Amino acid sequence: MELAFYLSGLVAVLATLGVVTGTNAVHALLYLIVSLIAVAIVFFALGAPFAGALEIIVYAGAIMVLFVFVVMILNLGQGAAEQERIWLKAQTWVGPSILAAVLLGVLVITLWRGNTGLVIEGETLTAKAVGATLFGPWIIVVELAAMLLLAALVTASHVGRLPSATSGEHSGGDQ
Amino acid sequence: MMGWLTPEVIDVLIAVGQAVVILLGGVLLGAVMTVVERRLLGLWQDRYGPNRVGPFGSLQLVADMIKIFFKEDWIPPFADRKLFVLAPAIAMASLLLSFMVIPITPGWGVADLNIGLLFFFAMAGINVYAVLFGGWSSGNKYALIGAMRASAQTLSYEVFMGLSLMGVVAMAGSFNMREIVAAQEGLWFIVPQFFGFCTFLIAGIAVTHRHPFDQPEAEQELADGYHVEYSSMKFGMFFIGEYVGMVLVSALIVTLFFGGWHGPWLPPFIWFALKTGAFLCLFILLRASLPRPRYDRVMSFGWKICLPLTLINLLATGAVILLTSAS
Repeated sequence: MELAFYLSGLVAVLATLGVVTGTNAVHALLYLIVSLIAVAIVFFALGAPFAGALEIIVYAGAIMVLFVFVVMILNLGQGAAEQERIWLKAQTWVGPSILAAVLLGVLVITLWRGNTGLVIEGETLTAKAVGATLFGPWIIVVELAAMLLLAALVTASHVGRLPSATSGEHSGGDQ
Repeated sequence: MMGWLTPEVIDVLIAVGQAVVILLGGVLLGAVMTVVERRLLGLWQDRYGPNRVGPFGSLQLVADMIKIFFKEDWIPPFADRKLFVLAPAIAMASLLLSFMVIPITPGWGVADLNIGLLFFFAMAGINVYAVLFGGWSSGNKYALIGAMRASAQTLSYEVFMGLSLMGVVAMAGSFNMREIVAAQEGLWFIVPQFFGFCTFLIAGIAVTHRHPFDQPEAEQELADGYHVEYSSMKFGMFFIGEYVGMVLVSALIVTLFFGGWHGPWLPPFIWFALKTGAFLCLFILLRASLPRPRYDRVMSFGWKICLPLTLINLLATGAVILLTSAS
């Protein structure tokens, strides 16, 4: 399990680097999908298979599909890749990289102090345990998130409505 | 000699052997289905179908394979090479990996995952990329339209495919496929979960984009949709992948709703094979008999009828489980 953890962690880091440095938008998205799958395997290795499966189903399987969908419709050609290459100059990425390196240092020091070995070989969380936690101590957060999503859904459905559908004449599904 | 052949090594070898047999069985059955489908379509449409090669056309598969292997493997110059090559591999691999969680008989099966059903959902989610990348990387507008239709359709139908099976999961109390089969010892889930079965069947057909949900590749409008630029074995992988998906969904329906290997008199494997075969025939019968609906109607049917139906089904199942467990 430890080997799987470190290997997939390495894949996740490399794939994420590929997302940042890639100039072709669709290829970068492919790297992001690989990165998400690698993170899912990290979850498996940590003994949380339910979270790992949801990571693939929700992030890699649904959200990323929408990303890819939109990028494909945009039809970015060679020009977009060129522009991306111009933007990837050292003066653009050095500043954020230094800040990110500081955060990485903080994370590494924190991990160094804690006992990480115990976490990797921890016990397996079942779907039942996850559900009981969500609908037990976290019930209010879950309900609030549900309300927020419902509101977003209603809004999206209203915004995306066709003008002809608002008149309510064609209920039979004609265009 | 043979000192290394300890019981553990033998167990590993048996497990690997089983996995390889199930993998090859899945691919072979998918390939054989291409011919079986054409013969059955011929039967139901009152014509002959392929009957020239070998006795009763039984060697048609061999002829098709030779033809498809020796065709020129052409990549269009305007295509995005990397994704173009990757897409058929995703199509095939993600579906074949899903066979891992299906328990065929009490002794046969590759992995006994606690999250078996979720693993299938994950693989079905990744399978969308095959069509999406294949259609986009072709650099062809028909392929792109096909890919967009496919991804929108698959996303919509995957939403309630997951929900349609939650009734089964709630009744069995587990995502584990073996436990789901074991829970059907007395009564197959088709009876208490009839609406779940109906919606899962519809979603399964849509996710494998089989007729009548084959808008992504509707030949009249899109000239074959997302795989229009593919040739030779790359096309073959999309093509066989579709049949592998059919076999997979049939095997899942049998496992989840028709008691898996349970059945009187006959050995478990025969029961499993018979039930799966029946659903494969149903897939073909649907193609032989139904016209293709319009794309926007397919989408609104999914969101406005199937999704509410699965939600009500899940609600009712939950209520019944709570009522019976309280008493």
